[in-house]
Amino acid sequence: MKNKYSIFSLIKNAFSYHENWQRAWRDPEPKKEYDAIIVGGGGHGLATAFYLAKKHNMTNIAVVEKGWIGGGNTGRNTTIIRSNYLWDASAGLYDHALKIWEKLSQELNYNVMFSQRGVMNLAHNLQDVRDLKRRTHANRLNGIDAVWLNTEEVKKFCPIINTSQDIRYPVLGGTLQRRAGTARHDAVAWGYARGADAMGVDIIQNCEVKGIKRNGNSVEGIETTKGFIKTKKIGVVAAGHSSVIANMVDLKLPLESKPLQALVSEPVKPIIDTVVMSNAVHAYVSQSDKGELVIGAGTDPYVSYTQRGSHDVVEGTLKAILELYPIFSRMKMLRQWGGIVDICPDASPIISKTNIKGLYFNCGWGTGGFKATPGSGDLFAHTIANDEPHKLNADFNINRFVSGDLVDEHGAAAVAH
Amino acid sequence: MFLINCPYCGERDQSEFSSGGEAHIVRPKQPKELSDDQWAEFLFMRKNIKGVQFERWNHAHGCRKWFNMARDTSNDKIHAVYKMGEKPPIK
Repeated sequence: MKNKYSIFSLIKNAFSYHENWQRAWRDPEPKKEYDAIIVGGGGHGLATAFYLAKKHNMTNIAVVEKGWIGGGNTGRNTTIIRSNYLWDASAGLYDHALKIWEKLSQELNYNVMFSQRGVMNLAHNLQDVRDLKRRTHANRLNGIDAVWLNTEEVKKFCPIINTSQDIRYPVLGGTLQRRAGTARHDAVAWGYARGADAMGVDIIQNCEVKGIKRNGNSVEGIETTKGFIKTKKIGVVAAGHSSVIANMVDLKLPLESKPLQALVSEPVKPIIDTVVMSNAVHAYVSQSDKGELVIGAGTDPYVSYTQRGSHDVVEGTLKAILELYPIFSRMKMLRQWGGIVDICPDASPIISKTNIKGLYFNCGWGTGGFKATPGSGDLFAHTIANDEPHKLNADFNINRFVSGDLVDEHGAAAVAH
Repeated sequence: MFLINCPYCGERDQSEFSSGGEAHIVRPKQPKELSDDQWAEFLFMRKNIKGVQFERWNHAHGCRKWFNMARDTSNDKIHAVYKMGEKPPIK
């Protein structure tokens, strides 16, 4: 059993110069067989394993990860959490996650530094104003907090925004979700890993899946760089590499994988105490606890698995940032990186069974998966354990692309994808 | 970001081009006879290959002509550029 983290354990370890903290999770070799295997050790995969063990008593399970846990998109996103989506299905899904976020640090006994500093979405033209007001109403009908702010109220909430009406894309107002905010992305992966490990889940890193063995229409196990592992249930949570896994069983998914970029500045004193997103000019910015500005840019407009991204995309975002926040004009950018996001045609995720028995996919989160991490894990665990979706993810099945019941959040979500 | 050798204009920056996605997906000849599954396959399902992928590109800020490309999506290296209607010059 793991020691509980608390103020007392902190004090105790301070006396030994913090040199005797125990390992947060084991580093096991794979067993011959598991009841279920999760492919992908990011936030969503680890959360899935955690809830499989915690809520469905499935502890003889493993998470296999080709690199290190949280080294993919979990460690590459801009950590924004919100639930102000337009459609009922999305509102249900993302607000389910937000409600778990609100208690997550206690649930995991791990500080995920969840900070409900609010997320503001700006409107820059009349259509934005109409769309965002409509979304505000839709949110409130779904019990999600949302308010419309006029230009003066935007300025009051975030004084460093340039609200001059003479700029190319003037601020005509915005929406605010006060329950929204940010969390420490690495801590989410580590917290879930520690929690899952404590319940007996094997987290196997540096273990790449090379093939999926089938018997008729059922799965039998996975071929990995650490050998064959037998299992009857495989939950794939491989984000940008979902299609790579799907192609192993000749399953086609409605996904395109593209690099999405983010960048951080040099650290400065606190200057922006909220998250501001702008759909029309594609610029969003918040400030980390270290003081860096965390800036999200757009996706490259072509399929690529290179975790880099193009310079012109960053340039476009920074131009918009500079017009909206002239105060940042002399900031230096420290680091830039890309993550590979798997985008669905309707910009909504897939949390679904497939027509192969025992094979489940949780993918298609595109540019906005981090916010859903706890909810996604919870619902995917339910789907795997019961071989049936939870009512909150029933609409996010893979067959919606056949039936036409798309959950179209492309234009309607609060940010351009 | 990379350079693309447009078959009509020569080498230009990728930002001048727009990607049209996976190539050689033929529009169904008899759309009325297609099942929902076949429509979904045509409209939405993609191979999304990590490795050499055949794709359509348009020189949007240049000659505005469409052409095909074989590009390795794992490193963005372009292996071949060929015109619309032509078969891929590599396998």
